[in-house]
Amino acid sequence: MLFSGPMRQFLDFEKSVAELETKIDELRQVSFREDDTVHHGVDIDDDVVRLSEKADKQLRVLYSKLTPLQKVQVARHEQRPHALDYIQAITTEFTPLAGDRVFGDDQALIGGLARFRGQPVVVLGNERGADTESRIKHNFGMARPEGYRKAQRLMKLAERFGLPILSFVDTAGAWPGIDAEARGQAEAIARSIDVCLSVNVPVIATIIGEGGSGGAIALAAADRVLMLEHSIYSVISPEAAASILWRDPKLAPTAAEALKLTAQDLKRLGLIDQIIAEPVGGAQRLPAQAIASVAEVVAAELSVLLKLSGEALKAKRRERFLAMTRS
Amino acid sequence: MSWLTDHVRPKLRSLLQREVPDNLWTNCESCSQMLLIKELERNKKVCPHCGHHMRATAKERLAWTFDEGQYTTIDLPKVPVDPLHFRDSKRYTDRLKASRTKAGLDESLVVAHGKISGRDAVVAVMAFEFFAGTMGSALGEAFLAACRLAVLQKAPLIIFTASGGARMQEGVISLMQMPRTVIGIQVLREAGLPYIVVFTNPTTGGVSASFAMLGDIHVAEPNALIAFAGPRVIRDTVREELPEGFQRSEYLKDHGMIDTISARKDLPALLGRLIAMLTPQQQDDTPSKTDA
Ligand SMILES: [Zn+2]
Repeated sequence: MLFSGPMRQFLDFEKSVAELETKIDELRQVSFREDDTVHHGVDIDDDVVRLSEKADKQLRVLYSKLTPLQKVQVARHEQRPHALDYIQAITTEFTPLAGDRVFGDDQALIGGLARFRGQPVVVLGNERGADTESRIKHNFGMARPEGYRKAQRLMKLAERFGLPILSFVDTAGAWPGIDAEARGQAEAIARSIDVCLSVNVPVIATIIGEGGSGGAIALAAADRVLMLEHSIYSVISPEAAASILWRDPKLAPTAAEALKLTAQDLKRLGLIDQIIAEPVGGAQRLPAQAIASVAEVVAAELSVLLKLSGEALKAKRRERFLAMTRS
Repeated sequence: MSWLTDHVRPKLRSLLQREVPDNLWTNCESCSQMLLIKELERNKKVCPHCGHHMRATAKERLAWTFDEGQYTTIDLPKVPVDPLHFRDSKRYTDRLKASRTKAGLDESLVVAHGKISGRDAVVAVMAFEFFAGTMGSALGEAFLAACRLAVLQKAPLIIFTASGGARMQEGVISLMQMPRTVIGIQVLREAGLPYIVVFTNPTTGGVSASFAMLGDIHVAEPNALIAFAGPRVIRDTVREELPEGFQRSEYLKDHGMIDTISARKDLPALLGRLIAMLTPQQQDDTPSKTDA
């Protein structure tokens, strides 16, 4: 394990943990090199254990009281598992399907057929990409109209063949570009919400990172909306809100606080169904564990929804959204 | 559906507008020509020199749309006020109060019913003069009430949109109005009722990306800004010059998003024609030969 995997990226508020872990790595390297000098090695091993415990404790404390803006940072962490990571890990036979049959294929919003615990499903997700090249390919997860129209097509496909829909939401928002506007970004999002609300198959949306405004809700007008513990869901980014409402971009922490964008806020406001716990230090530390937790919750919710008729699903989905924000 | 009787208490509105003195002048914001205010109001706030369509209030639009300017507004459903206890440089509740005083309205949507070309119609008008026509839970609930009123009256729903987008002071509660309003349209659709959207300047953000873009027919006033992301956001993102006329009614029509552009003076007749053709089952007690 020692030298495997990419370097861990630390957030600014994780500085103390980063220092400890750097120290631990250094000690381990020394220990590795001086393996034959047993006496010295034991001392170092003790230090490693002691420092590791200290780092774990610090991480636990930090992550038990993240501020809203820190949650925003965690939600956007580049090493968090992304939509494709979830889809590839929790499904089998994933078969990507491309194109909106109108204009093109948008890799910012990916989807296809797959089996989830044996059950054929349609999967959809905002994919941000994992390195510079793939980030450009996926446009950093910011979809254009053709992405939303592909989502509509796949949701209708799911309905036609009676397949549940699992979506993985992780986007800063829909792409604000000339091309996107020219091809009807607003209509594409509106229609996706429309289709998502109208299909007679189960729809489960999981916010795995950033749930950014209209571009996110286009895939989340669902029977169940789940949020990872440190994910966020907001009508506007705290940075933009600070600029517009406070006229001071430096007030992003204040804006993040005021917008009530954390999973905990949304649960309290009755806008989501369930929060999925993340490993200590966030999903980016132990992606496999985070992904497994999501799979467990999705499976449990799906088994409940699969017992309902298409009409009942649709009616309940409507009731659910109509009841929101009324009291 | 007893929900409606709870909410709808008709209230006849007097249409007598305040009198504007004869000698007040203004400048056209487009061609800068001097205009007599009284003249301008008679011309439905359209510049007689260049045809520029100026912003109009919700009440003006209602008066211009219904036959003889006669309509009945409904009381809007009550919703929790300031659910997030939001405060930026001012308290949200104070901003709301100021908006109410300034606009003389409860919220950013006014819902009314009456006749257009002799046919029953429900008309909802977004009030840009109220909090920039932004969408919060009150607007969402008011829009749903308009849809239900249309269903109850078996009448078409016409909405005039004008919005700066989401009401940021309601955070994610504002976002949830996108699916909520879409449900209203689905109910109309299932009832077989026409839903006509009249886009006015400006219609942007979460409003354009939800109920505004889902009309059976999309009409726009000339040169209205209609967008998901506003021009400034786009310029900041792509860092290039925006095309001529970008995100204006004519551009959207060219790009297939708008059915037709209508000058304000022609709008009532157009709406009358459309709803007459889309609701043939409605008993026609005032057949209009002048429409041909
Ligand atoms: Zn003019």
